[in-house]
Amino acid sequence: MSEKRLSLSPARFLSARRRHRSAGLVVLLFGLLAVGSAYAAFAPDNAVADNSAQSQQIEEGKKLFAVGCASCHGLNAEGGGNGEGKMAGPSLIGVGAAAVDFQVGTGRMPAMQPNAQVPRKAPAYTPAEIEALAAYVASLAPGPAVPAEESYDISKVTDEQVTRGGELFRTNCTACHNFAGKGGALPNGRYAPSLMNVDPKHIYEAMLTGPQQMPVFSDQVLQPDDKRDVIAYLKALEEQKDPGGFGLGRLGPVSEGLWGWLVGIGLLVGVAVWIGAKGVKAKGAKAE
Amino acid sequence: MSEKDFPPPVKWVDDRIGIGKIGKKNLRKVFPDHWSFMLGEIALYSFIILILTGIFLSFWFKPSMAEVEYQGSYSLLKGLHMSEAYASTLDISFDIRGGLLMRQIHHWAAVLFVASMMVHLLRIFFTGAFRKPRELNWVIGFGMLFLGIIEGFIGYGLPDDLLSGTGLRITQGMIQASPVIGTYLSFFIFGGEFPGDEFVARFFTVHVLLIPGLILALVTAHLFLVVYHKHTQYPGPGRTEKNVVGYPLMPVYMAKAGGFFFVVFGITALMGALLQINPVWLYGPYNPAEVTAGSQPDWYMGWLEGSVRLMPGFESEFWGVTLSWNLLIPALIIPPAFVTLVALYPFIEGWITGDKREHHLLDRPRNMPTRTGIGAAFITFYGLLWIAGGNDLVATHFGVSLNNVTWFLRFAVFFGPILAFWVTRRVAISLQRADNERLLHGLESGIIVRTPEGEYYEKHTPISKYEAYELTARDRVVPYEVGPETDDNGVRAPRRALNKVRARLSRFYYADAVQKPTAGEIEEAHSHGHHDEHGSVEGVTGTVELDEDAAREVTSTKHH
Repeated sequence: MSEKRLSLSPARFLSARRRHRSAGLVVLLFGLLAVGSAYAAFAPDNAVADNSAQSQQIEEGKKLFAVGCASCHGLNAEGGGNGEGKMAGPSLIGVGAAAVDFQVGTGRMPAMQPNAQVPRKAPAYTPAEIEALAAYVASLAPGPAVPAEESYDISKVTDEQVTRGGELFRTNCTACHNFAGKGGALPNGRYAPSLMNVDPKHIYEAMLTGPQQMPVFSDQVLQPDDKRDVIAYLKALEEQKDPGGFGLGRLGPVSEGLWGWLVGIGLLVGVAVWIGAKGVKAKGAKAE
Repeated sequence: MSEKDFPPPVKWVDDRIGIGKIGKKNLRKVFPDHWSFMLGEIALYSFIILILTGIFLSFWFKPSMAEVEYQGSYSLLKGLHMSEAYASTLDISFDIRGGLLMRQIHHWAAVLFVASMMVHLLRIFFTGAFRKPRELNWVIGFGMLFLGIIEGFIGYGLPDDLLSGTGLRITQGMIQASPVIGTYLSFFIFGGEFPGDEFVARFFTVHVLLIPGLILALVTAHLFLVVYHKHTQYPGPGRTEKNVVGYPLMPVYMAKAGGFFFVVFGITALMGALLQINPVWLYGPYNPAEVTAGSQPDWYMGWLEGSVRLMPGFESEFWGVTLSWNLLIPALIIPPAFVTLVALYPFIEGWITGDKREHHLLDRPRNMPTRTGIGAAFITFYGLLWIAGGNDLVATHFGVSLNNVTWFLRFAVFFGPILAFWVTRRVAISLQRADNERLLHGLESGIIVRTPEGEYYEKHTPISKYEAYELTARDRVVPYEVGPETDDNGVRAPRRALNKVRARLSRFYYADAVQKPTAGEIEEAHSHGHHDEHGSVEGVTGTVELDEDAAREVTSTKHH
């Protein structure tokens, strides 16, 4: 019988033993080996890049982080307390490069003081430094990457897509950011900032990462094309001249009422006073 | 009158419709001259501008909620589905020559129409021009203000843009909050579920036909009554309750009013040309799933919005019926109560003061400290609610927390009016005292004199007779008295409890009001020469609580 067995071809050998007790295990091991080798072959292996520019960038980012960010976010970006049991800065593990690029690129980080909301200001870091910081934070855990330039490139967007962006904007954004992207109030001193004169990349990143009070509009919710269209609509609003004259801040009826009372009623009452003072009465008084 | 009086064209008309007699009488009608008498004119002229521009707009506006695809020249909305009403509003704004200008003039005129009515109302209030016989004209005026606000709000709802739709949605919520009938009422008004496809057509009819017609009728009645009652005037030399000192309608006021009309039209047109108002294209078409920050009504509904914004979210349920106090109180109880109080104020004040006389001379606000204080309290209450309507913009523009603004206003809306009342009343009383001092001692000359005895005093120059007349042309005010409990025959006086309340209110009304000095007091003060300076003014002027004889006694003891 053993002779007979030896004479079997390998295929028949395997097929004859396919119900062997350890067959499943062997298949699993083969599978793991195959996937592992494939991953090693295809993945942008860290092993290869380890000594390259990227690892240098991460090193550099880590140094910058230790100086500029660690006091609040912790030495390893694990989040930090302020010494009074309160969170000074959240953990940045897994927030991704996009979040860093947005926060530091719009000057929000480093924050000056822990207020209700960190305002936009001139960025404190150069683009290269921001990239390094982003690379460092991205190296801690995977997260949304800085979007590629073509994803927010609005130069080829058609009119229909802009209109569509407007619909998406009104459905998802105006409730907080106002119909003209001028921003609005949120509870407890927080606010939705103005979207005017914001870099398209930063608008894209904000939707992707949901900074501060903003919800995340992930690529499943608002697809990259949707995001681009929203940006295109915002840019169209920004460039649009107010056809009706001075736009009064595009804030809605409150500023209109203010102008109506201060300018309109103010002028009209002024004229009434003037007519009252310069009319026949004054002439009559002179004649007396 | 002889027929020779009229030039040929007038004669031609007079022969046929007898216009001469009416004209001759009324064209020479005298009106007094004061800038504050022209505030109502602003409202009238705005109304005329509204009619003119409204006619223009109605040529192109399509009051229909049928769905169309927009293919006009505003590219950011091209291809979107929207109601015909909104599409035609966009067409008026972008594709009709002069349409945007007309829309903006119409809207600015609406803002100014309501604002000027309110300013006019305040003038009438603070000068007491609503007193007998003009109480009904006050009510008519109030009716126009009320209708004007409704008219404006409906107009705001017509273009069917996101902002107007949101405003209507809030209104519909308020309607639904009325207990029991709310749902039925909402279905009745909107012809089914909100928004439905009816309301633009319905609101259009109300906006261009019903309410303008009513306002026009009330304007006629209002002006007719002004002519019938004759215009009030401020006190001054030669002006009494029985005359009107001023200039005739023709030619003086024809020219003035005509000129002022063009000024009002000019300013409104200038605003329409330079200041963008209600940019409907930015809001987009109405879609119940969308909303925008900065959703506010036009200014005159702002206080209602604010009242709703301030109210905490209370709600309770009885036998399966939900009562939304968060809407009932701020939208259906407080505002109607407030406006009813305003509408009925002339009657309330008349009852409290018991004043049944006719008044054609106006009060200076300081001479009615309590009324002026009440007015200030009303303005404060209204103003705080109005601010609350824009609490989000207050928060963002002054860098404060929305919650803090809201909480501050929740308290301020109760305490602010009380403070305003008290401060204003005291200021008015101080001004009365200053007036009396002027009457009794004259103007401060700034010259300090030292007597041989080493005493210092300031010289006062007496004021002119005319000014003295002006300052004293008011009544001494006396609170209403309850009277004895029983009459001579021992019969109890009827409605005693009510009268007691009335007497108490009346005392409150006139308490601390400074009376004008009597002729005797003035003479006495003048004869005293410089030594007056040492006498206390309080003693001479007296107050209501103070017995006048006692007051004079006090004065004389002080003087010698």
